[in-house]
Amino acid sequence: MDENTKKLIQNHIDTNEVCLFMKGTPDAPQCGFSMAVINMLKLLEVNFQSVNVLEDQKIREGIKTFSDWPTIPQLYIKKEFVGGCDIIKEMYENGELKNILADKNISYKKD
Amino acid sequence: MAMDLKEIESLIKEALIDATVEIQDLAGDGNHYSATVTSSQFSGKSKIEQHKMVYNSLKGKMGNELHA
Repeated sequence: MDENTKKLIQNHIDTNEVCLFMKGTPDAPQCGFSMAVINMLKLLEVNFQSVNVLEDQKIREGIKTFSDWPTIPQLYIKKEFVGGCDIIKEMYENGELKNILADKNISYKKD
Repeated sequence: MAMDLKEIESLIKEALIDATVEIQDLAGDGNHYSATVTSSQFSGKSKIEQHKMVYNSLKGKMGNELHA
């Protein structure tokens, strides 16, 4: 991954409290796994920013090295890598996702 | 590029000796699998670390041969 790509990724993570690297857009996800994470964030009414990796091949490959994680989507909350679809789904179901959002002072739907 | 279910299972078991592995071919296309892996080596590890251990056992195939 080149320096510019690394900086670009870091900038997305630094400037967005909840940052989702995904395939497609929240309104038109291009992959079922990305869509699943979007749906959970929408259900929790979390304000998030998404990055469509399909628009930039360098970010698409770079984010895998950056996070040392081979798949997309990837969710960052306050600069911390939280996980991919499977992990987010598990955390959504067992309440851990809400705990993380609360710990990090991110607003979400409480009930 | 698709990958055989048995190949995935044996790669995981090779890396995580005591693991029990249950794999489903989600879409029937040899490309979207669900794997449930249980291993004593996961104890004390975070979810991210556990997933990474399984990804590593697949020796770079996750994200290449397997969907990413």
